Amino acid sequence: MIDPVHSLLLIAVIAGVTALIRFLPFLVFHKGTPKTVLYLGEVLPYAIMGMLVVYCLKDISITGSTHAIPEALAVAATALLHKWKHNTLLSILSGTVFYMMLVQLVF
Amino acid sequence: MMDESNTEKLGRTTSRTAPRTVSGSNGSLRSTLRYAFLSSLPVMAGYIVLGTGFGVLLQDKGYNWLWAALMSVTIFAGSMQYVAVDLLSGGATLISAALMTVLVNIRHLFYGLTMLEKYSDTGWRKPYLIFALTDETFSLVCSPELPEDVDRKNYYFFLSLMNQCYWIAGSIIGAAAGAALSFNSAGIDFAMTALFVVIFVEQWEKTKQHLPAITGIAVTVVCRLLFGTESFLIPSMIGILTAMFLIKGKIHPDSAETVAETQDGAETPSSQDGARYGYESGKYVDRNTTGKGGNER
Repeated sequence: MIDPVHSLLLIAVIAGVTALIRFLPFLVFHKGTPKTVLYLGEVLPYAIMGMLVVYCLKDISITGSTHAIPEALAVAATALLHKWKHNTLLSILSGTVFYMMLVQLVF
Repeated sequence: MMDESNTEKLGRTTSRTAPRTVSGSNGSLRSTLRYAFLSSLPVMAGYIVLGTGFGVLLQDKGYNWLWAALMSVTIFAGSMQYVAVDLLSGGATLISAALMTVLVNIRHLFYGLTMLEKYSDTGWRKPYLIFALTDETFSLVCSPELPEDVDRKNYYFFLSLMNQCYWIAGSIIGAAAGAALSFNSAGIDFAMTALFVVIFVEQWEKTKQHLPAITGIAVTVVCRLLFGTESFLIPSMIGILTAMFLIKGKIHPDSAETVAETQDGAETPSSQDGARYGYESGKYVDRNTTGKGGNER
C-alpha cells in the first residue's frame, strides 16, 4: 500500500472522471454529439480492451525464469474456455485458479 | 438478461391487476420493488462474484475492506476498479489515472446518450440514475417493456440502487475474506487479466471489424518494448488515439455486420446519429447479456 493521501486522491480522480463521463451526455450532448466522439466511442472499447490485456501482462519476460509460459498457458486456457462455454464467471475463476496452480506448484 | 420463465411469471402476476390508462407511470411501490428485485437477480450473481474478486485483489495489495467499500460507493465501475487496484498499488500519477479512466470508461457516453429521453423526467432520482449507469444496469433499463403496475421511474431507481448494493457487498466480502483466510495468494492478480481476456473474447465475437482490437494490442506491445514497464501506458494511449484516426478510413460503419443482427431489438432511430446509438446499445446489451449477467447458468 502506498501513501494513503495519494491513494485517496487517485480514487477521487477516478471517481470524478467516471462520473463526468456518465454525466456528459446529459449536460452537453443532448443537442447532438460531435462525429469524432461518436467514432471514438465506437472503436475505442475494442482497442482499449486489447491495451488492458497487454497492460496486465506488462511484467512478463520471455527471457525470465519461467519464460512467460504460465501466463501464455493461462491466457490461452481462459480464452478457449470462454469461447467454448461463454460463462464469464466460470472463465475468470478457472483461469485464475489454473494460473495460481501453475505459479505455485509447477513453476 | 431475465430468463424466460421469470418474465412469464411476472406477466401472469401483473395481468391479474387492473390495467392502468398510462402504462408504467403510477404503479404500486410493492410490485415495483418486486419487479426491480427479480430483474436484478442475474446482476446480483455477477456483481457479487466480480465484486468479491475486486475486494480480494485490493486486499492483497494492502488495502482493507474500508477502501474497497469507499471505491465501490464512489467509483462504481467494474473494469475500472480492477484497473484502479493496479494504479493504486503502483502509485500512478493523477494525470495517468485520469487518462486511463477516460479510455476505459468512454463507452459509458453511449449509455447516457441512449438514456437521455428515458431519464429526462425522473426528477430527484436523475443524478443517482446517471451516476449508477453501469454496463449491467444499462442492459436492464434500456429494455422497453415494463408491466403495467410497475412505476417506471422508481423501477429505474430501485434497480440501480440494488445493483450498486450487490457490488458494494461483493467488494467488502472479498476484502474481508482475503484478510481472514490465509492462503498462498501468489498469482491471484491473474483475475484481472482473466477478466479482460474474457471481455476481449466477447468483443471479438461481436464484430467483424478486428482492426481496432489488433491495433490496441500492437501499439501497446510496441510501447511496452520501447518505454519499459513504468512509463509505457501514456505513450500507448496517445498511440492508440492517433492510430484510431489513421485507420478511420478503413472502418466503415455501414459494413459492420453486427448492425443488421442487433438492430431488431433497438429502438427505431430518428436520425443518423440515432442509428448509431441504436447500434451501440444493441451491441452492448448483447455483450452483457452473454457476458457478466451469466444467464447461461
